[in-house]
Amino acid sequence: MSDNQLTEFIERYLDGSMTAEERVQFELLRKNDAAVESKVTEHIKFIGLLKQYGERLELENRLNAIHNEIDVHALKEEVMIHPVWIVRMWRNHHSKISVAASIAIFGVLTILILTGKLNNDKSKYQQLSEKINNMEKTVAQIGHGRTPVKPKITRTPANFRGTGFALTSNGYLATDYHVIKNADSVYVQNAAGESFHAKVIYTEPQYDLAILQINDPSFKNLGPIPYNLKRAEGDLGESVYTLGYPADNMVYGGGYLASAANYSGDTTEYVISVPVNPGNSGGPLLDEKGNVIGVITARQTQVAGAYFAKKSTYLLKAIQNIPTDSLSKTLNLNTKNKLAGLSRTQQSSKLKNYVFMVKVYNQ
Amino acid sequence: MNKDLKASAPTDSEIVLGILNNSEIVLKRLYTTYFPMILQLIINNNGDEDDAKDIYQEAIIVLYNKIKAGDFELNSKLKTYIYSVCRRLWLKRLSQMNRYGGDIRDFEEHLPVEEEIDNHNDRDVQFDKMESALQLLGEPCKTIMEDFYIKNRSMQEICERFGYTNADNAKTQKYKCLQRLKKLFFQQK
Repeated sequence: MSDNQLTEFIERYLDGSMTAEERVQFELLRKNDAAVESKVTEHIKFIGLLKQYGERLELENRLNAIHNEIDVHALKEEVMIHPVWIVRMWRNHHSKISVAASIAIFGVLTILILTGKLNNDKSKYQQLSEKINNMEKTVAQIGHGRTPVKPKITRTPANFRGTGFALTSNGYLATDYHVIKNADSVYVQNAAGESFHAKVIYTEPQYDLAILQINDPSFKNLGPIPYNLKRAEGDLGESVYTLGYPADNMVYGGGYLASAANYSGDTTEYVISVPVNPGNSGGPLLDEKGNVIGVITARQTQVAGAYFAKKSTYLLKAIQNIPTDSLSKTLNLNTKNKLAGLSRTQQSSKLKNYVFMVKVYNQ
Repeated sequence: MNKDLKASAPTDSEIVLGILNNSEIVLKRLYTTYFPMILQLIINNNGDEDDAKDIYQEAIIVLYNKIKAGDFELNSKLKTYIYSVCRRLWLKRLSQMNRYGGDIRDFEEHLPVEEEIDNHNDRDVQFDKMESALQLLGEPCKTIMEDFYIKNRSMQEICERFGYTNADNAKTQKYKCLQRLKKLFFQQK
């Protein structure tokens, strides 16, 4: 029996056009011949699939016809969620934006590194003028039963405090620029607790130096200055000390000269190993013989025990740079050192009359 | 237009009955009622209106076949069912196109429908094979097959259409065509 004939039989068998006799015969054949049986199943399945395929095509056509009646465009506008422009921009251009941002960050970092702005030493540099308000709070917290501030001065407390030291007996003082910066008025107080009004007559912000003049009527001549400003540079390891007002009373601090340039490579400053605190700013740095070799400026917050002092040569330059018409009195620097032969304690006791607390008031 | 359609949204049982009875009107109402929901899903998840049409029609076909097969039980809302099927289909499509960012913006609740979609896909593979087998078959065999087996036309009609003088010739031709079609179909991987 050929394939065609068999197929014809199968179809006739399925659509019921066989005679009863043929049907019995065919069923017998199906039962006995596995090949025929599998042909029948395959045919049923295949034609079924073909019919389903046809139905699917028809259904798709029906759905397409329905779809064509819908105004998809109008509907789209209605259901579309419009993201805000920034989101759309990000979606469309996020790769470009990312690249641009990376380049910008890279550029900024490069510039910062090249210009040394990222240098750690500088960022940790802390100037030593002190916010008195903070200090007073601390004192109030830790003070044990201290009597309230004596009402002898009715003035409000100073906002900032630093140290200054006399350059001449007639009332010229040196201190740090950052101490008196933004000051509305400046008072200096001596070791005996007497306050005098002072004015800023000259500043050199680039070297953090300022020159004050006491212009208070109650001020009397200090007497000859016992120290002089050293013109030569100090030696490494040299023993140095300072006097200043980190607290209400004068504090002595001693140590050694550690380096002739600070960590940023700034050669206008010494690195010193002298314990100083906020309030020491503007104080004199003296060597063993009692020469002033520098002015305390700042401390390194990361390196323990490292502080900075502006070299005295820059103070001398600053004094020379004062315009003559700013000077109402002569500014003659002392050149004779009267401390050289004295012990450290004797030096300190002589010095203390020439070191002042600088009190700064601003709004 | 949309509002009118929403107002006349058919109930789920209406739809099931209508499809079982081959009602063209019900099919149309079903289609127009839920299309906006799917359009919203697709175009707000990296697709366009043509994707929405494809996906939605596929889901309607899945639903249609399920109802026709008599195993659609109304234990979930039709709306949820359609949404879930579309969502699943679209996620699959997105990952095939590598456009899936791992996140889909949802507008409705949804159910797990993986199994049904797998069954549907298996059937689609068969249909694709049938389609290409018919294409390879060429004329006149293709039309004869379609006329006889799909459109249920009689051999008499087919004889007349193709100008066969003899019904036996036409029959022989038909069987030859069917043999070839089967061969082409089963040859495909």
